[in-house]
Amino acid sequence: MTDLLYRFRAIAVAFLLVGATAIPAFAGPFEDAVAKFANDDFSDSDEAVGIIATSGNPQAFAVITALQEGRLSADPDSKKVYLTGTDGKVTDAATGEAVAEVPASAAAVRLNNRLRRNIESALGGLTLMSPDPAKRIASAQSVFKSHETAMLPVIETALEKETNKAAKQAFTEARAAILLYKEDATEAEKIESIAIIKGRGDQDALALLTSLPADQTVGVARSAASAVTAINSRQTLWSIGQNAWYGLSLGSVLLLAAIGLAITFGVMGVINMAHGEMVMIGAYVTFVVQDVIRTSYPGLFDYSLLMAVPLAFIVAGLLGIVIERTIIRFLYGRPLETLLATWGLSLVLQQAVRTMFGPTNREVGNPSWMSGAFELGQLTITYNRLWILCFTLAVFAILLAMLRYTSIGLEMRAVTQNRRMAASMGIATSRVDALTFGLGSGIAGIAGVALSQIDNVSPNLGQSYIIDSFMVVVFGGVGNLWGTLVGAFSLGIANKFLEPVAGAVLGKIAILVLIILFIQKRPRGLFALKGRAIEA
Amino acid sequence: MITNLTHAIAKPISRRSLMAAATGLALGLSAFSPAKAADDTIKVGVLHSLSGTMAISETTLKDTVLFMIDQQNKKGGVNGKKLEAVVVDPASNWPLFAEKARELITKDKVAVVFGCWTSVSRKSVLPVFKELNNILFYPVQYEGEESERNVFYTGAAPNQQAIPAVDYLMKDEKVKRWVLAGTDYVYPRTTNKILEAYLKSKGVKQEDIMINYTPFGHSDWQTIVADIKKFGSAGKKTAVVSTINGDANVPFYKELGNQGIKATDIPVVAFSVGEEELAGIDTKPLLGHLAAWNYFQSIKNPENEKFIKEWQAFTKNPKRVTNDPMEATVIGFNMWVKAVEKAKSIEADKVIDALPGIEAKNLTGGTSKMLPNHHITKPVFIGEIKANGQFDVVWKTPALVAGDAWSKELDGSKDLIGDWVGKKCGNFNTKTNKCGGQGS
Repeated sequence: MTDLLYRFRAIAVAFLLVGATAIPAFAGPFEDAVAKFANDDFSDSDEAVGIIATSGNPQAFAVITALQEGRLSADPDSKKVYLTGTDGKVTDAATGEAVAEVPASAAAVRLNNRLRRNIESALGGLTLMSPDPAKRIASAQSVFKSHETAMLPVIETALEKETNKAAKQAFTEARAAILLYKEDATEAEKIESIAIIKGRGDQDALALLTSLPADQTVGVARSAASAVTAINSRQTLWSIGQNAWYGLSLGSVLLLAAIGLAITFGVMGVINMAHGEMVMIGAYVTFVVQDVIRTSYPGLFDYSLLMAVPLAFIVAGLLGIVIERTIIRFLYGRPLETLLATWGLSLVLQQAVRTMFGPTNREVGNPSWMSGAFELGQLTITYNRLWILCFTLAVFAILLAMLRYTSIGLEMRAVTQNRRMAASMGIATSRVDALTFGLGSGIAGIAGVALSQIDNVSPNLGQSYIIDSFMVVVFGGVGNLWGTLVGAFSLGIANKFLEPVAGAVLGKIAILVLIILFIQKRPRGLFALKGRAIEA
Repeated sequence: MITNLTHAIAKPISRRSLMAAATGLALGLSAFSPAKAADDTIKVGVLHSLSGTMAISETTLKDTVLFMIDQQNKKGGVNGKKLEAVVVDPASNWPLFAEKARELITKDKVAVVFGCWTSVSRKSVLPVFKELNNILFYPVQYEGEESERNVFYTGAAPNQQAIPAVDYLMKDEKVKRWVLAGTDYVYPRTTNKILEAYLKSKGVKQEDIMINYTPFGHSDWQTIVADIKKFGSAGKKTAVVSTINGDANVPFYKELGNQGIKATDIPVVAFSVGEEELAGIDTKPLLGHLAAWNYFQSIKNPENEKFIKEWQAFTKNPKRVTNDPMEATVIGFNMWVKAVEKAKSIEADKVIDALPGIEAKNLTGGTSKMLPNHHITKPVFIGEIKANGQFDVVWKTPALVAGDAWSKELDGSKDLIGDWVGKKCGNFNTKTNKCGGQGS
């Protein structure tokens, strides 16, 4: 089917190139094909797409795009097919006549993956001449992958006309791919094509070269083999870069989850098992914000995270202050009781959220600027991970600056280093304790906003981060923010370099073993604090 | 251990379970009322976790049993007696499942138990059911390799879900390269073992199969998705067969979407993602990814539409979805009712003997039958995820598929059959003509 379609497509494109003006209105095959959509059968729809794409009917493009976007509906009884335009106007898909509305008995024409693929390639051919260079490049890419011989003349015409540099490159590569697979191409042509494809050097190029049929001349086979080796060795280098990026991104998630704990546990010394629940509450704040925006101000959806950040900080921070005032302050200096009390508290918070929002996952959407990925050389970098990395570093910098340059930061440091001295200097230590705990919790809340973008928003969200957070803080050195930073990134990177070798399960175990060994050697972590604070 | 602690302490008070609690309270009270009342009713045990990690999935099945009992009682009960539910909460704690099962059978004297979700919970209650000779209906798709006299398996065996899904991908999508990705526990491991053997028997080479396991709740999928992408760009059509467990699915699908892997390039067919799981995901990037089940809510059929309407009325939630394990519970319940009516008794031995051969309507327009190996016949559907979180059925088996207790693909089990009618044996070896071998 696909082969046929490509051939059809080439003809269709050729038609368009000649000029779509002189198409006579012989309605028969096109109308019959459109009516096939009403059969609710994938093979019939598939066939119809093929016929419509080659019909040259001016409606063809509109009908196929409508099908792709689910705007085509069919009535199984009357066999009539209706097209709802992007402007909401309904027309009869076969005739193009306006219709008042889609009858209730009609249902949207169903698609499956095979159909979707064929629609894409049918449309791909029609966009080779698109005025938008991005679209031209995309369709050149699809030709590169399909390397259909029938497309050669079209690609060559397009290549001649092309002025955009990137698009020209894409067309050249597409042409090379076709020539490489063209049976009657000369050896010289093929070797030249291999050189072009080698220059591209990515996974697709590799796929193209490795799946070359075996009946090649010696020269072609040899240069293909050497190109494969060259691409492979380059890919190995890139994959190191890719792993490093994954490691940074995992490290940023670890860091984000752990910064709050670095304050409550690291600076204050409170073993706070409810830390994860603060993260979870931050994620639920994001959900509530998005929920309100969806129902009341759908236009603001892209800003939902920006709004959720301060709210999450306030909600989690206030909750932290309340917890400190009502529970934790009675337990200073009693780590075991603190552990049990905060553990119990974490269960209470989980159950409270389960009661309010239900036990199932809640849907938090990704704003458009957090979706998708871009290519940097051979690296795939997803926007959500990139933003989370930037966000984490920003939070870290702000926190560091706050501790260093503000008066409350100074008081916090003074109280942790020497409580009695600080008290005698007139600092209200219990107020500072509450604020410090609130700050740590608030930052955990902010972490929740970011984590809602990559993980489940469920009452169990926090549990999955609490162990990792403690691991990072202890590894980095208790009481040292820089240690937390270095600890998080080194754990992230180590994990991501181990994962491809050992697998996700073993990789995680290996990291834990390494940490245990490390702690044996350096019980105070990477950056141990010196001085009396640690002895107290 | 830590999670167990959570569940022992935490008791959920969600709206859903509040209703259940009220019911449970009423039932609890009636259980303490004089013995006379108890004689007039048949007690039905419900052994599903209402708290802990599995509460997400199992709470719905508890509601389903209550719904079925309510419906049956409106029809006048069974053999002239009303049914009465006894609900216990094993709290996602596997040893507690065995304790609660014992409590249901010895203390509450239930005639039958509907329950369990995970295989480990089923394995944990098995000895109890054997020792006390009671009946368990197990409603979830599982890895097979088991046929017990006291257990009736109404969920899918691997040949009723995994194998047809792979067949579909092979024939319709022309898939040549396979990624078998799963969470690291018994169901994915056994299913993948069966699938690997099956694929090899179909001529797929070792280098075209990639098997990958991840821990429970895995959330950083960057490396694995990149690996899948790389594996899939070798010039052969590639698909992912996912036995990834519930919670890890959201980050997995998000990463797929972000790295730009579309269903038209590398389709993912999942065995544990249903309507309930999709309720927490933005499904637009998942358009076209697949799931294989024996039931979908979107299947158009008067039987199904009636069920959905009554279910939503019963739960007082017009948006409440239905799913495959629910249908399996419904079929199991109806089969039990028919068997009790046929045996004219609730005595376990008589009901167990009456059950094979019993037929009950499923919700997709067919009639399922209980087989001698205590599995049932089911249709298999492949659905594609739609933007509204429902599935669009794109393929189904032409006829009902009989569940195999023992996989025909594995060396250790291909000669075994379960036959509790003729051979009175769960693992009869057809080669040696002896009862016994793998399993118990």
